[in-house]
Amino acid sequence: MTTTMQGQVALVTGASRGIGRAIAEQLVAQGVKVVGTATSDNGAQAISDYLGDNGQGLRLDVTDADSVAAVLKTIDDNYGQLDILVNNAGITKDNLLMRLKDDDWDAVIDTNLKSVYRLSKAVLRGMMKRRFGRIINISSVVGTTGNPGQTNYCAAKAGVEGFSKSLAQEVAGRGITVNCVAPGFIDTDMTKALTEEQKQAIFANIPAARLGQPEEVAAATVFLASPGAAYITGETIHVNGGLAMV
Amino acid sequence: MSTIEERVKKIIVEQLGVKEEEVKPEASFENDLGADSLDTVELVMALEEEFETEIPDEEAEKIKTVQAAIDYVTNHAND
Repeated sequence: MTTTMQGQVALVTGASRGIGRAIAEQLVAQGVKVVGTATSDNGAQAISDYLGDNGQGLRLDVTDADSVAAVLKTIDDNYGQLDILVNNAGITKDNLLMRLKDDDWDAVIDTNLKSVYRLSKAVLRGMMKRRFGRIINISSVVGTTGNPGQTNYCAAKAGVEGFSKSLAQEVAGRGITVNCVAPGFIDTDMTKALTEEQKQAIFANIPAARLGQPEEVAAATVFLASPGAAYITGETIHVNGGLAMV
Repeated sequence: MSTIEERVKKIIVEQLGVKEEEVKPEASFENDLGADSLDTVELVMALEEEFETEIPDEEAEKIKTVQAAIDYVTNHAND
């Protein structure tokens, strides 16, 4: 068993800021070459800037199969075979179900759930052949607990966890693990978009009595990618300060 | 240059970890050679690469025996 991640190659979606950026930076600290993606050229450039010689940023639309194929080809050409996939890219389009638009439902399911199917399927062939791979999907505590105003987001995140358990069983015999990290209330742009009412309700229930930091989610993610986590699969690690204990 | 039959059999031996003498034409991957469903998917992937062809899913599902694999490649391979 290898005991180091030195020289491995990782793809982290949604890496321009927040949790994705923290994951990319901590993988780099382990000697991993990282390709981070963003939806815009500016975002991709920002990723290239912070990664420096340790990888690069690329533009990726996770809802577009051609865009996924292009990014994977670039990774193969520039870095070789992919060892680690971190499906982190996600969006919210919150509203009470009574007011939720079809477009907002579809966009969240496509970006947060179908993207995981799309990317995992695309990288699996190479991982199967090599008998090694790590797929880590960033879920959310609300996939377990639910959250009013987020029927679409919670459905997608719960879906990601079910997907991960099923795929984990399919490919465990091939040295590939599939796990989730479920952040709670983390200090990112996404949670800044919550209303004051939502924040107060959540804070009242966090035993740690503070926001989590992106680095604390990244640490769990890097652990699941590391050689020490080889026997953990189909699991969800909750990083939520005690907000939900499952 | 090996024949198609020899190349197909070699891939089956490698992918399924079976002995060459077990790879008889009528042998079923799942019933006789101990393959599970994922093994057969991988076998088809290996055939696609060896013979530089794309095997559609509906055709792949029919490749259940050694002979079926040889027949498919014989009829569809590019080389």
